[in-house]
Amino acid sequence: MTADRGRNRRTAALLISGGVLLALFLVSLTLGRYPVPLWDVVRILWHRFWALFGLSTPVVWTDAMEIAVISVRLPRVVMACLVGCSLSAAGATFQGVFRNPMASPDILGASSGAAFGAALAILLGCSARFVTIFAFLGAILTVALVFLISARAPGLRVVNLILAGIMVGSLFSAGTSYLKLVADPANQLPAITYWLLGSLSGTRLASILPAAIPMALGLVPLLLLRWRLNLLSLGDSEARALGVNTDLLRAVLILCATLVTAASISVSGVIGWVGLVIPHLSRKLVGSDNRALLPCSMLTGAAFLLLVDDVSRNLLATEIPIGILTAVIGAPFFIYLLLRKEKTL
Amino acid sequence: MSLFVRDLCFAYKNTPVLDHIGFSAESGELLAILGPNGVGKTTLFRCILGEQKRYTGAVRIDGTDARTLSAREIAHRVAYIPQTHGMTFRFTVRDTVLMGTSHTLSPFASPGKAQEKIAQEALTRLGIAGLSDRSFDTLSGGEQQLVYVARALAQQARILLMDEPTSSLDYGNQLRVLSAVKGLARDGYTVLLSTHNPQHALWYADRVLALHDGRVAAFGETKAVLSSALLKTLYGTHTELYETPGGPVILPVPDETEEGEKQ
Repeated sequence: MTADRGRNRRTAALLISGGVLLALFLVSLTLGRYPVPLWDVVRILWHRFWALFGLSTPVVWTDAMEIAVISVRLPRVVMACLVGCSLSAAGATFQGVFRNPMASPDILGASSGAAFGAALAILLGCSARFVTIFAFLGAILTVALVFLISARAPGLRVVNLILAGIMVGSLFSAGTSYLKLVADPANQLPAITYWLLGSLSGTRLASILPAAIPMALGLVPLLLLRWRLNLLSLGDSEARALGVNTDLLRAVLILCATLVTAASISVSGVIGWVGLVIPHLSRKLVGSDNRALLPCSMLTGAAFLLLVDDVSRNLLATEIPIGILTAVIGAPFFIYLLLRKEKTL
Repeated sequence: MSLFVRDLCFAYKNTPVLDHIGFSAESGELLAILGPNGVGKTTLFRCILGEQKRYTGAVRIDGTDARTLSAREIAHRVAYIPQTHGMTFRFTVRDTVLMGTSHTLSPFASPGKAQEKIAQEALTRLGIAGLSDRSFDTLSGGEQQLVYVARALAQQARILLMDEPTSSLDYGNQLRVLSAVKGLARDGYTVLLSTHNPQHALWYADRVLALHDGRVAAFGETKAVLSSALLKTLYGTHTELYETPGGPVILPVPDETEEGEKQ
């Protein structure tokens, strides 16, 4: 039956992206200045897994290998997956909510707000943890402000949201520019600039959980509501006639997507492109139905950002900021997608 | 399921749009709504659907005041069939029809086997089951319109509101869509259909509601109500109705007679 063919294709795409992610995950743990063979990476993870339950397996590798894999590389690899997954899920959600394939996670000014928060914290001489907290709050407050302004304005809610997002976003960008101007050019300015370019180099084991909790709080409702997201993309009047409480659904989706975006940006800095390109790529793979699109975006997003981060930390002796790489890899890839002849699903 | 509208008044910024509108529609009936552009046909639909609640008067759906019903409860009873329009994202026909079942599902649920079956039955009933895996945007206008009708059937509401379903269709598709809708009325649905073509009303409608200047210009059995005088009131043009073996036909009358009278 043809119905099964469509479904099989979607399942296959999800399985393949999951497999690619897993392979990439293991390979990423071997990459670095200290060489650890793939087989040892697998054995170390296997050992650590059973150690969680108090069981032990024989140790046949050096301590340095285990430190490199578990303490140095694993946190960063996990964080790259989490951030890639979150930004792509948020991107797919915003594209559905705004019925606009060009929407990205920072459409409501989240990254401008986060950048302002981070720059402010750096200027005040706060520690890295507070930079993250300031960035998170900056993103959340910006979107809350945008939401309040658009709710008070007459006219179409969706258009108001986008316009308010542009206005508030540019206001905070101006604020960030001013902070850069008054920052100490010897140490603060480079720190701000580096943060704005995005990087995962600061990731520690302890920073995973505080980021993963808000991400999970946002991602779980998004996954549960992903079919309803289809309805919202029909437009308000039609969705309402189908019995959908459009204002409530949109508010919940925006809240969750914002939570996820803020949690990502606050640990990684501003990383563009992922939230825009990955949902597009996934749409080519599994179609527009968010039941398949959202999980597919999350898997391919995690794999993509992991790949980019591998390049970022291994290509040159010094790190290349990830925000630069996503654009360098993302833009040509996007052009390729645009030019490629369309295959109908 | 019956629809009963009494004394419905609605004003947009102090400009009256609907002025004491009253009519009713029963199950098994196709009611055509005629009237010039901007007469408030769409506003009337919005009031019935509960999207617009700032009206006075009453809309009763099977005896229940529509104002007391939530969007979800109205979706149980009334389905809206829009004009064909572009979609931002490419959904398959099956996914589009499945969306009609949303009001029967809890907020976090996705459609399952039971909903798939309902969607499949709706597509089969309209004879378009073969399209289910096609992408909606690759269909012709007539096929798209039928998919929207199928979505309304999957919604399992018994009152169907159609907003100018034939306005962007070619002649063959207009007749195909209308006869499909007529068949649904015969099967017990209550169908309200706004149209710009009075001939369509003559061919398919059991009753006609004619709106002019926000008021009811006529309401009743199609053949009793539709006259050249009514069409003159509604559209300001001269027409003549001719009885033919196949039913009455509206023909335009050239303006020469008018000019002749003036001379």
